[in-house]
Amino acid sequence: MWRRVFALTVKEFLALLKDKKSRLVVFIPPLVQLLVFGYAATFDLKNVPFAVYNEDRGNFSRELLSRFRGSGNFTEVAALRNEGEISSVINRKEALLVIHIGPEFSRNLLKGGTSPVQVIVDGRNSNTAMLAMNYARTIVNEFNRTWSERSGRTGPPAHLVTRAWFNPNLESRWFIVPGIVGLLTLVVTTLVTALSVAREREQGTFDQLLVTPIRPVEIIIGKTLPGFFIGIAEATIIILATVFWFDIPLRGSVLTLYTGIILFILSAIGIGLMISSLATTQQQGLLGAFLFLVPAIILSGFTTPIANMPPFLQDLTLLNPLRYFMVILRGVFLEGAPFHRLINQFWPMAVIGMVNLTIAGWLFRHRLY
Amino acid sequence: MNGKPGESGPAESRRAGSRMRLAGLVRKEFLQILRDPSSIAIAFLMPVVLLFLFGYGVSLDAEHMPVGIVVEKPDQDTSRFLGSFRQSRYFEPVLLSTMPEAVEALESGTIDAIIHLRQDFSKKRKTSGDAPMQVIVNGVDANTARILSGYIEGAWIRWLGHEAIAEGTDLKIPVQMEHRVWFNSELRSRNYLVPGLIAIIMTLIGALLTAMVMAREWERGTMEALMVTPVARREIILGKLIPYFTLGIGGMALSVLLAVFLFNVPLRGSVIVLFAASSLFLLTALGMGLLISILAKNQFVAGQAAIIVTFLPAFILSGFIFDINSMPAPIQVITHLIAARYFVAILQTIFLAGNIWSVIAWNALALVVMSTVFLGISRRKFRKRLE
Amino acid sequence: MANLQPEGTCKAGNGNAIITLLNVSKSFVTGKRTIQALDNVSARVQRCMITGLVGPDGSGKTTLMRLIAGLLEPDKGTVTALGRDATAESLLVQASAGYMPQRFGLYEDLTVSENLNLYADLQGVPGDARHERFRELMHMTGLGPFVSRLAGRLSGGMKQKLGLACTLVRYPQLLLLDEPTVGVDPVSRRELWSIVSRLVREEGMSVLLSTSYLDEAENCNEVIMMFEGQILGQDRPEKFSSTMEGRTFTVSVPGMKGRILQKKLLMREDVTDAIVQGDCIRLVMQTQGNPDASALVPDTPDITLRPVQPRFEDAFISVLRQQRSARIMNREEDTKPGPSPGGNGGNVIEVKNLKRRFGDFYAVKGVTFSVERGEVFGLLGPNGAGKSTTFRMLCGLLPPTEGMLSVAGHDLRRAPSAARAHIGYMSQKFSLYGNLSVRENLRFFISVYGLTGNAGQKKIQWALDQFELGDHAESTSNDLSLGHKQRLAMACSLMHEPDILFLDEPTSGVDPLARREFWHRINALAEHGITVLVTTHFMEEADYCDRLAIMTAGEVLALGTPAEIKSEVRSAKIPEPTMEDAFISLIQTSARGERAS
Repeated sequence: MWRRVFALTVKEFLALLKDKKSRLVVFIPPLVQLLVFGYAATFDLKNVPFAVYNEDRGNFSRELLSRFRGSGNFTEVAALRNEGEISSVINRKEALLVIHIGPEFSRNLLKGGTSPVQVIVDGRNSNTAMLAMNYARTIVNEFNRTWSERSGRTGPPAHLVTRAWFNPNLESRWFIVPGIVGLLTLVVTTLVTALSVAREREQGTFDQLLVTPIRPVEIIIGKTLPGFFIGIAEATIIILATVFWFDIPLRGSVLTLYTGIILFILSAIGIGLMISSLATTQQQGLLGAFLFLVPAIILSGFTTPIANMPPFLQDLTLLNPLRYFMVILRGVFLEGAPFHRLINQFWPMAVIGMVNLTIAGWLFRHRLY
Repeated sequence: MNGKPGESGPAESRRAGSRMRLAGLVRKEFLQILRDPSSIAIAFLMPVVLLFLFGYGVSLDAEHMPVGIVVEKPDQDTSRFLGSFRQSRYFEPVLLSTMPEAVEALESGTIDAIIHLRQDFSKKRKTSGDAPMQVIVNGVDANTARILSGYIEGAWIRWLGHEAIAEGTDLKIPVQMEHRVWFNSELRSRNYLVPGLIAIIMTLIGALLTAMVMAREWERGTMEALMVTPVARREIILGKLIPYFTLGIGGMALSVLLAVFLFNVPLRGSVIVLFAASSLFLLTALGMGLLISILAKNQFVAGQAAIIVTFLPAFILSGFIFDINSMPAPIQVITHLIAARYFVAILQTIFLAGNIWSVIAWNALALVVMSTVFLGISRRKFRKRLE
Repeated sequence: MANLQPEGTCKAGNGNAIITLLNVSKSFVTGKRTIQALDNVSARVQRCMITGLVGPDGSGKTTLMRLIAGLLEPDKGTVTALGRDATAESLLVQASAGYMPQRFGLYEDLTVSENLNLYADLQGVPGDARHERFRELMHMTGLGPFVSRLAGRLSGGMKQKLGLACTLVRYPQLLLLDEPTVGVDPVSRRELWSIVSRLVREEGMSVLLSTSYLDEAENCNEVIMMFEGQILGQDRPEKFSSTMEGRTFTVSVPGMKGRILQKKLLMREDVTDAIVQGDCIRLVMQTQGNPDASALVPDTPDITLRPVQPRFEDAFISVLRQQRSARIMNREEDTKPGPSPGGNGGNVIEVKNLKRRFGDFYAVKGVTFSVERGEVFGLLGPNGAGKSTTFRMLCGLLPPTEGMLSVAGHDLRRAPSAARAHIGYMSQKFSLYGNLSVRENLRFFISVYGLTGNAGQKKIQWALDQFELGDHAESTSNDLSLGHKQRLAMACSLMHEPDILFLDEPTSGVDPLARREFWHRINALAEHGITVLVTTHFMEEADYCDRLAIMTAGEVLALGTPAEIKSEVRSAKIPEPTMEDAFISLIQTSARGERAS
């Protein structure tokens, strides 16, 4: 039996990697996507364009504004001279944020009172708007703290000391890039396996295979192994890039990480082979893979938290192997999660993989044409 | 022999012949669309599925976030503080008594943040007037962490205000930030995701579907049969553009209806402007689809190329989810080549802000340039030859 | 077939050609290879007649057609059609020429009338003239009852007729038909030919028609013979045949199996061709003159030799032979060192009332036959007759809807995997792993059947030698010519020395020489006691089988030895029926039978 499986595996590898074009398709787009995702997919704001309408002539408003300019998150694009300009600068998307400081700002501060500062935000992209507001609030709070110290005023009776664990500078790249390991491994293994049987069906070689003494279980193993090794290779390359190129810490054990990778790849292959055994043409295989991948990625918690979804969608994500793998990736990379804490993520992937592989094997022989 | 079309007859009859050929091609395409469930699926089912997934599945609006509050010595002060968290819809406070317990909960993911009030909290607050409250957020998901700490800060300020009122003093904060959010005052992420999604859907119909059906004609040999008839290049191209343009506008109308009536996204600008801008974008997408199919001539390659060249960039580099200004400079330059970028800007403006011509005009101009370029190249590259 | 001499409207013989090719060359690049599709070709095609373009696959027929239709640009030389340059003025040529590509681009999801309307729009047929024209075309093609059927649901023959009708919505002066009869059943084939000859006769059309069926060449007024991008000759078909005068005979030896006699004849140096034809062998000698009958085959005193009329095919094979200077059988060697011939008798394959339904359509409607050990059994019929479906059920690839079947005592669908080691299967399209090399393909199949190490290496070497693939061992199988692919596919299905061999359309698209080679291998296998089940749509290949079943529309029309089947239809009108005659008359009888009941 193992001789046949070995022959099948060798053949799959040759068929997949012998030709230059398909070699490129397997390895180049994922790396390009890694770079584009790694750099472009970020929720951190830099260079938020802002405009200032400052009616105050005192020093303190200037000091507050210089804090904005020096923060690295904001870039001043315009100084406005009247209130009417506010709406036009925001409407035209020239500035995301307008800071309006009233004429009494410095005088009020000196008197020991409270000076309001108005911040107007473009809410067309609500997430960006909220983050920009949070950044602004932090700058204002910092200003308040130093002002209180300098003027000897008593501050508020209690203050917050905020620290972020696991990702102290709150860089979203630390969140996104480990997620890409899962995303791209899923895309590559699903595509490689989803097209493998369909391609043989189209070429007619699958019939040839079915009339040989090969058993379905051997076909399954023979088709699984190449996808498995390519998935592992792909994941390893991306992990190396994550650690050495993007400088993201790998705090947990590599063993735990690879346990997760192996289980995840098996479940992805199971789904890929099932799509493949249902498809008669590569076209259908591709469409099927696409129809699976898009929801799987959206409902995985890759960019947006699963907790924000309505309950019925949250339940649906339980069927998605990528969901569990995302937790493992981020747990191992950033939190240094130990093996035992991730057991609840491991077993669902194993179940999903086994069920799909079994169905795929059954379909190989019993599918009605 | 019935007439001699092609030979220089009167211009009138030549035009009539061209009209007849074009009408024939368009009719054929519509019949095929009606009989091929997969094009209907891409044009009408896919938008609905994607809108549902994004409308419900993708949300950056965090609510009911589990926050562990460790109170080492509960008293009146701390319970008032707790109360301010209980009232907010953003939090799901979990009361914990010891710090190790809280750390365990944070690590296992059952809570997203810890607020730690030490034993001496009330005492310090009364004596020194400056009691530290330790806040630890799980920073793994940086975006959620930032939003969460913003909410905690908000709750803290509200608590300070209540305390001041209770004590009969006014809260002494030197600078108080008042914020106003325009266009989407509740900051619902759905309001900007759903309009942006329309750009993605139209990319799918315009580029993916068109590339595939055109490649199908090459694969099945029907293109060869068309080419030996007196039909002109322009007529073949128009014969594809007109039906898929119509289909794209149909998908677009469906998406707009769903957006407005199901997801309650406001539509503040004019519907006519919206459709005009969509037509421009659709022409660009169709141009890309045609070009891909002319270069690929094979459904499999055309499909993959369309996904990699049009769909993925429309997703990531269009400003639909991720802010373009925050991307590194070289990638920002690349985004200028992505048609969806301009369309997303127009869509978010028309839906949420209204007819702001300065935004619409420039982006529309960019789309005009891009559609001209793509359709022009397609027309040049498309030959009535089999090589 | 009817007299095809043009008359009436056509003023033939005024000397001006409708197509002129002058020093035309054209090459394509695929992968790493450059294929010279046409190599400095010059020819003239006359008006008002049917000119046949004959040659094996890959000889450049389609490229030539496409150049004339203005779909390709020549690398060198000029193509003139209807007095215009086909490259520079392609739109004008296309306006008055009709071209039907090999795989006519019918929109399969459109109905017959929608397809016709589309092409009428494209050809600018005015609405009022359409009704009359469509009626005429439907009458001519017999598609009248099917106007609202989807084109994809038509049979192969009907599709070709619809393709022709679409090309004819406006009568062109010049009609280019690229292999219009491939895969079409004999009845439809005759109908297509009678339509074309009527068009030439009554409408004065000029027709250029390419074909790889050599018997069709004899229906043309003139034939252009092509091979590997070159024109080997152009003349009236009788002229070609007449060069073979005095070289063609039939040979028979009572009591000797046709294929054994054939093998013995082919071993001789002075034999150009020998094919099984009914009970005897059709023999083509290299030189004129009566050979000594008794010396032809040693130890056969009762051999009879009769001279016969030469055919176009004889001339064609003879020319190809000279080109390739290769012989079919030049070695006294076993094709397979397989099991010794088992005791004849005993059914290896048994099929009873086998049915297969797809949706509401029965592809196979109750087929019954059995095959004995060591027999070559043929399933004959046009495309879509249900041959492949029957085959796939026998191989266990498709569950039958109803009925019983057994192969070597097993239903392969449920048999243990070891049972499958006794069968070999070669599917349509010569399924190979395209980007694997020849050696890798062989190695894969050999290890799948559990042979490794030294024995495996030996076996691979055997296959490379036996199938003459040694020179190509390291080339990627996608880059092989069709003939080589066929040999490799057959080698792969034989690697494990099966007892039963299933061959699905093993000869389609392969040139006549390769087909002869192929049948030799089959004969050799049968001699070793291997049971061979083969499907084909070439009627003349029936003579190679021991027994055969003729299928059409999912039913077996006739079952028996070739001689038995032919004798069923022997009549005064056709005293010596060919297999094609038999097929046509069987179809007609069954149609009449249906009408009667």
